[in-house]
Amino acid sequence: MSAAIELTNVTKIYRRYGGRHFATLKSALLRRSILQDLKPRETFPALRDVSFTVPAGSTFGVIGRNGSGKSTALKVVAGITKPTSGTVAVRGRISALIELGAGFHPEISGRENVFINGIMLGLTKREIQQRFDEIVEFAELAEFIDAPVKTYSSGMYMRLGFSVAIHVDPDVLLVDEVLAVGDEGFTHKCLDKFGEFKRRGKTILLVTHSLGLVERFCDEAVWLDAGQKREQGDPKRVIGAYVTDVERQEEQFLATSEAKATHDALEPGARQPSEGPVHPGEVAGDMNTTAEGRWGSGGVEISDVKFLGANNQPSHVFHTGEPFTVRFTVRAAKPVQDFVFGLGIFNAEGVCIYGTNTDVEEYVADSLQGEAEVSVVIDALDLVEGTYKLDLAVHRRDGAPYDYHRLLYTFRVKSRLKDVGIYRPRHRWEFAGPIKFRMKT
Amino acid sequence: MWHNLAQLPRYRGLIQSLVARELKARYRGSVLGFFWSFVNPLLLLTIYTFVFTKILPGANKDLEPFAVFMFSGLLPWTWFASSLLEGAGSLISGGNLIKKVLFPAEVLPIVSVLSNMVHFFLGLLILAGFMIYNHHYPDWGDLIWFPVVVLVQLVFTTGLTLLLAALTVHFRDIRDLLANLITLWFFATPIIYYYKMDSVKSFAWFFNRNPFFHLAVSYQELLFFPGPFGHLRWLPALALGSVLVFLAGYWIFDRLRDSFAESV
Repeated sequence: MSAAIELTNVTKIYRRYGGRHFATLKSALLRRSILQDLKPRETFPALRDVSFTVPAGSTFGVIGRNGSGKSTALKVVAGITKPTSGTVAVRGRISALIELGAGFHPEISGRENVFINGIMLGLTKREIQQRFDEIVEFAELAEFIDAPVKTYSSGMYMRLGFSVAIHVDPDVLLVDEVLAVGDEGFTHKCLDKFGEFKRRGKTILLVTHSLGLVERFCDEAVWLDAGQKREQGDPKRVIGAYVTDVERQEEQFLATSEAKATHDALEPGARQPSEGPVHPGEVAGDMNTTAEGRWGSGGVEISDVKFLGANNQPSHVFHTGEPFTVRFTVRAAKPVQDFVFGLGIFNAEGVCIYGTNTDVEEYVADSLQGEAEVSVVIDALDLVEGTYKLDLAVHRRDGAPYDYHRLLYTFRVKSRLKDVGIYRPRHRWEFAGPIKFRMKT
Repeated sequence: MWHNLAQLPRYRGLIQSLVARELKARYRGSVLGFFWSFVNPLLLLTIYTFVFTKILPGANKDLEPFAVFMFSGLLPWTWFASSLLEGAGSLISGGNLIKKVLFPAEVLPIVSVLSNMVHFFLGLLILAGFMIYNHHYPDWGDLIWFPVVVLVQLVFTTGLTLLLAALTVHFRDIRDLLANLITLWFFATPIIYYYKMDSVKSFAWFFNRNPFFHLAVSYQELLFFPGPFGHLRWLPALALGSVLVFLAGYWIFDRLRDSFAESV
């Protein structure tokens, strides 16, 4: 199979001009630095020695974090920017869905804009004439096509831009994250259109953050990281490698931010003595008014809070359904008889997912002296994907806190499924009668 | 550079539709529409006519009717000045196109020049109206040179606009400087006064080096003054100079081309 797009050792270095944001001619003349000001001062490599080949007729995904060079790669392929070194070869007519409706002029009608936009994308007037009805119909704008574009909603604007670009009938279609906009119905229409392109043997280069889309649509994927190619090949494998890397980074991020939060809150003297009673049910109530922090009398102290996953590995990122343990050390300055350990889990919106303590679970406190270890063991962490925060406390039965840690600990739950809600009951689907499903591939 | 220059004719469809868009967008949504772009020259015309015929009547007795004289110079000047001002900012205001669409950047300044040229042609209709009203007609035989002068101005203006557009991307204050320079240049060109005045002649050295002096005088001789087109002898040099300005402007534009998408 021949190559539709071929990048060979492409390096793109962005240049920043001038020390200040914009140079002025006045200062250039005063400092006699016109020629210097026209030369770049700083450089920033957006792509470093990237090579990949997209076979004709295939759908090729480009994934990576923000700022990894995905969009630059697309612009280089589109010819909007030239690579600093290396070569790009593209065979066939290109249409780039990069900025939809980039050339629209607000004052003139949709009809006129379709013509001008089409010409910009390389169509002739005649070709646009032939496709005009189709373009308008696809954009669902028949009623408004003669109104000035400035009266369009942003969705209408996007639809028209998309429709023109897709009707250029390119051999190579470049798509940059354009499906994120538009309503559900239109997104489906666009996906159908991509499917049609695919069937007709056109080449599609797709830059997106939607990994599901890459997995579903693409024959091959490449993962760019900081301007370099990290992986290329089967989409599932590339996505897997990418997701693992993202999790590793998130873990690092959570660990450092937690270290910072607890460092601030747990410093000696940071704890505010407080006699306010604490009940497990109340924890959620004042959630929105209370920020993270730590308070209590200090008779018993909590320290060394750890999250443990499967195999008792400390972590901050867990998968739905995995075992999950919160383990912490308590230290009583002098022996106490009246103590209750409590725990509250909150989601990112601050809703209490679950709260409990040893008292409501009918553990009657007997004695605690010196140092001890407490673990809350959850056999399966049945939470949906998201970021969660934790309250941990030790207090008297009447609620007077010894040591209360409010929202100091953060962990993330990852899920392959995109189910939603605040609670994930264990469940399965059952079907009876003439009904069939296939597993998604 | 030559390669890119040779590609330019391929974009004439695009240039055409962008010029049409520019004109439509300007005239749509305003009651006076097309008339608006002539309010400024007409206003200038009224003021100067008043000043030079009522307040300082002595200076311009050879220039009757003054309105026709002044319009002959003012219309090409307006084309020139508006092209430079709009064209200088065209890459910045059209930044979206340069950054997001595969688009030859020189199209934008060229569209500024051409859409202002269309205004110039429309303005000629108003000039024709003044001529009919005053029964003052040009020498029809000389008018064959008119398109040549227009072409020379087109080449000159395009070259200068390309240069300014490219530099304005990097030096944003050029547009402000330009507005002032253009005012100076206007008064340094015999548009509201007669180029054959003794006071002008005594600065001949200065005026001869002003390219727009020759253009303005050419227009005035063709459209206003009777008799042969005496300034014709300057035309070859002017044409050559304009081509050189164009090539220099295009060369610099082409050299800076790759920086546009990153700097606008």
